[in-house]
Amino acid sequence: MAQEIYQLSATEISQRLAKGELTSRALVEALMKRYHALNKKVGAFTHLDEADVLAQADASDARRKAGKILGPLDGIPVGIKDNIAVKGQPLTCSSKMLAPLVSPYDAHVIESLRAAGAILYGRLNMDEFAMGSSTENSAVQKTYNPWDLARIPGGSSGGSAAALSAGLVPLALGSDTGGSIRQPASHCGIIGLKPTYGLISRYGLVAFASSLDQIGPMARTIDDCVLLLNALSSPDARDMTCFDKNHRKQLPEVAAKSLRIGVPKGVLGKGVGAEVAAATQAAIDFYKSQGCTIIEVDLPSSDLAVPTYYVVATAEASSNLARYDGVRYGHRSANAKTPIEMMTNSRSEGFGPEVKRRILLGTFVLSAGYADAYYVRALRARSKIRAEHLAALEKVDMLLTPTVPTPAFKAGEKVSDPLQLYLEDIFTIPANLAGLPALSVPCGKSGHLPVGFHLVGAPLSENKLLAAARLFEAAHGFANQLPTL
Amino acid sequence: MSNAEWEVVIGLEVHVQLHTRAKVFASAPWGFGQEPNEQVDPVVLGLPGTLPVVNREAVEKAILFGLVVGAEIPAQCAWDRKNYFYPDNPKNYQLTQKDFPVTMGGKVEIELPGASRNVQGEHKFIRLHHAHLEEDVGKLSHSGSGSLVDYNRAGVPLLEIVSEPDLRSAGEAAAFLNALVMMLTQAGVADCDMEKGQLRCDANVSIRRRGETKLGTRSETKNLNSISGVRDCIIYETARQIRELEAGRAIVQETRGWNAENGRGYVLRDKEDAHDYRYFPDPDIPTLKISRETVQRLQKQVPESPYARQQRYIEKLNVPYTAASVLIAQQDLAQWFEAAVAAHPTNAAGIANLVVNDLLRELSASSGAAEGADIAKVSLASCRIQPAHLGALVKLTDEGTISKQQAKEVFSEMFQSGQSPVQIVESKGLKQNSDTGELEKIIQEVIADPSVAKSIAEYRAGNEKAINALKGPIMKRTQGKANPVLIDQLLRKALG
Repeated sequence: MAQEIYQLSATEISQRLAKGELTSRALVEALMKRYHALNKKVGAFTHLDEADVLAQADASDARRKAGKILGPLDGIPVGIKDNIAVKGQPLTCSSKMLAPLVSPYDAHVIESLRAAGAILYGRLNMDEFAMGSSTENSAVQKTYNPWDLARIPGGSSGGSAAALSAGLVPLALGSDTGGSIRQPASHCGIIGLKPTYGLISRYGLVAFASSLDQIGPMARTIDDCVLLLNALSSPDARDMTCFDKNHRKQLPEVAAKSLRIGVPKGVLGKGVGAEVAAATQAAIDFYKSQGCTIIEVDLPSSDLAVPTYYVVATAEASSNLARYDGVRYGHRSANAKTPIEMMTNSRSEGFGPEVKRRILLGTFVLSAGYADAYYVRALRARSKIRAEHLAALEKVDMLLTPTVPTPAFKAGEKVSDPLQLYLEDIFTIPANLAGLPALSVPCGKSGHLPVGFHLVGAPLSENKLLAAARLFEAAHGFANQLPTL
Repeated sequence: MSNAEWEVVIGLEVHVQLHTRAKVFASAPWGFGQEPNEQVDPVVLGLPGTLPVVNREAVEKAILFGLVVGAEIPAQCAWDRKNYFYPDNPKNYQLTQKDFPVTMGGKVEIELPGASRNVQGEHKFIRLHHAHLEEDVGKLSHSGSGSLVDYNRAGVPLLEIVSEPDLRSAGEAAAFLNALVMMLTQAGVADCDMEKGQLRCDANVSIRRRGETKLGTRSETKNLNSISGVRDCIIYETARQIRELEAGRAIVQETRGWNAENGRGYVLRDKEDAHDYRYFPDPDIPTLKISRETVQRLQKQVPESPYARQQRYIEKLNVPYTAASVLIAQQDLAQWFEAAVAAHPTNAAGIANLVVNDLLRELSASSGAAEGADIAKVSLASCRIQPAHLGALVKLTDEGTISKQQAKEVFSEMFQSGQSPVQIVESKGLKQNSDTGELEKIIQEVIADPSVAKSIAEYRAGNEKAINALKGPIMKRTQGKANPVLIDQLLRKALG
């Protein structure tokens, strides 16, 4: 059976476009056909400007005809999470608060994608302001896991992951503050990379927790992930936390046989589903069989990661989200007599319950009399977690854990239990706190649901992680797998 | 109330807009008098996804200020977020420096008023606690139909200069601000145009019984926007606090406002309502390292301090105190004066006199300034006279080439045309006549005239002043060109 266009990886598409076997227009027409057939079911996209997409595709085809393509991404659609600014397109963060907002400027990554000729393809659903692990906190719509439409796709980049596994788009951008790229990637059976903090400019990424947020590539194959990563990572003077050109050199790759892989003590124990543990163990065994050294590592402060994260992230969020007040843009309350009342009411009406919960929590942990007990202590714990990880990564090339303890849960199952939901990120959070690159790679199933394993490396070791994942991918059949919809 | 019993203790927080092209964390330009919301960009407006980028120029101006006041420049500085909601605050937090300011310590030399206008007062050093670099906010205004907000001012670099509580009177506070303005403007750090809101001040005032070492409870009056406002507010606040304490009431720690129109303060909020700003380190701006090379480079830009200059003028150049004080207020004026002195180094006092009394008065008059306007603020921009020419003019007078009377005429012509005094003297034929033979002849003719016989007799009888009556006719015959000193000499000789 001939492969359908929507099943092609971005790398295959790039080759077909280069050979003249496919035009960008034919590609986007096929994808838009699938969008019309499936998006209502999956709920991945919240917005798609089809005329704009066709115009971009035609421009790419014209460049190709003129022999002036801009690179391997030219003519290939990339879905954009709705917290990354694209000039002239909605920038809602799936929140009622920003529902009326159209961005007047491009994010740095969007400028980079335009410069690479990529087609900016729609806006992807997410948990409101990237706060959540199921995309159920979207004020716009629900997104469902293409592997089981009764289940959640993960979050907050649930729209991106679902769009990829449903074959709605070959590449997508996500953002990751505590696992928002990797957890949905794991739940949807795709690749998700959170790069080293500072590798990719945050200019144009709507801030949730500035010291943790990173934009990252999401794809169905490692090659695709690399293709997109290369287009995204470049210096940007508009983000002071983004590495300049002298400080972004990747660590050298290591031959698979000499890789040292660290497995944290007891990581497959309490709280990890049996099938998730088994799939992860199988990945560990695979690397062993390839000649890698498996080393047990001790990260004693790991238990502090989740509470530390929920203090640091909410503290920063309470300040980052203060600007949404209805004065300059976004939702403005119609029921107010004074400017202060207008600001208060706009915020009360515009934010959803999880966002309010985190703003309140963050405001509390920064308050006079409490900041020392919460925020300041969390910063100390964060330093400790980072130091322990860096020390461990001196002895090993990367750490391997499950991405998420359990596979995708049923929609609505954990809505009323935020604390339970917060544990979804137990393996992914430390990489954000420590600023480390981390990758989720599909490694099997728990029943009919995908499971991923998680690699964490030293700063600027993306290439190492991707090479290790490529080794696994080549020996297994999990790459570019799409469920039947 | 008795001021003798009470001592007032004042600390000032001075907010100064730095002289930069762009805003402090955005590339948008800023300046006065634009249409509302024209000097904004996505960063200034705090649009979602935008990030601050520290403007190096603003940091360097802040460091330069630190060097001007002899502050320590720490190896690094950092920014914090001060969180509070207000419609003029685009992000609802203000980027400021709480724990790691750009300068630490330093001191400002001030001059207290003397016994009279011509007498130099005491000098004193006021210590600074630190200065930190932050962003200004927008402006909210209320109209009948609603509220309007202009973000042009949002993001303008503000240096907040915090003094130690070293000031002991409203006069000292005013002297401190005057000195600060001179230092800031002369180093090119800030323009300090108070009419444009470029310098605003918060005054912390407390009182205690004389001899007491513990500080009293203070009030803080916010947003004073003129030096006279600061002076008036402190006088008012001192009197209020003394009245409270003498009436047996305690001073309440509170934040106050000042109504300059009726000259009264009012309570903004008390301690209970104090904001909890929830400060935390801004995660968007990494700690900024300040290299010693940068500090050394900026050190070279530090100008001579105003009061060091004043002392040099008085002691080394013999310039009178009042003239020296006028000259130091503006750097370009002082430089102009020094260029004039370079052309005629032996009479700096004469040059200073001409600059302060004639040049500035003429410039002030020709600029249409009201009579009595502060001449120290007159701009030299429209001045046609070259400083070296002014020096040359004084030299011509000192050497007797022209008379003082002629000098005034020449000055007037120089002011109009910008010509050199030598040119003017020649073209107008103003040169003093010092030809002894010719003058002796004229003198003989004049004293032979019977109409002056009485004056001659009186002079010879011992009335020294009677000789002056003879000088007029001599001058007249030489069309005013005669050297008066020579006339005097020759006349006395002729009369025996």
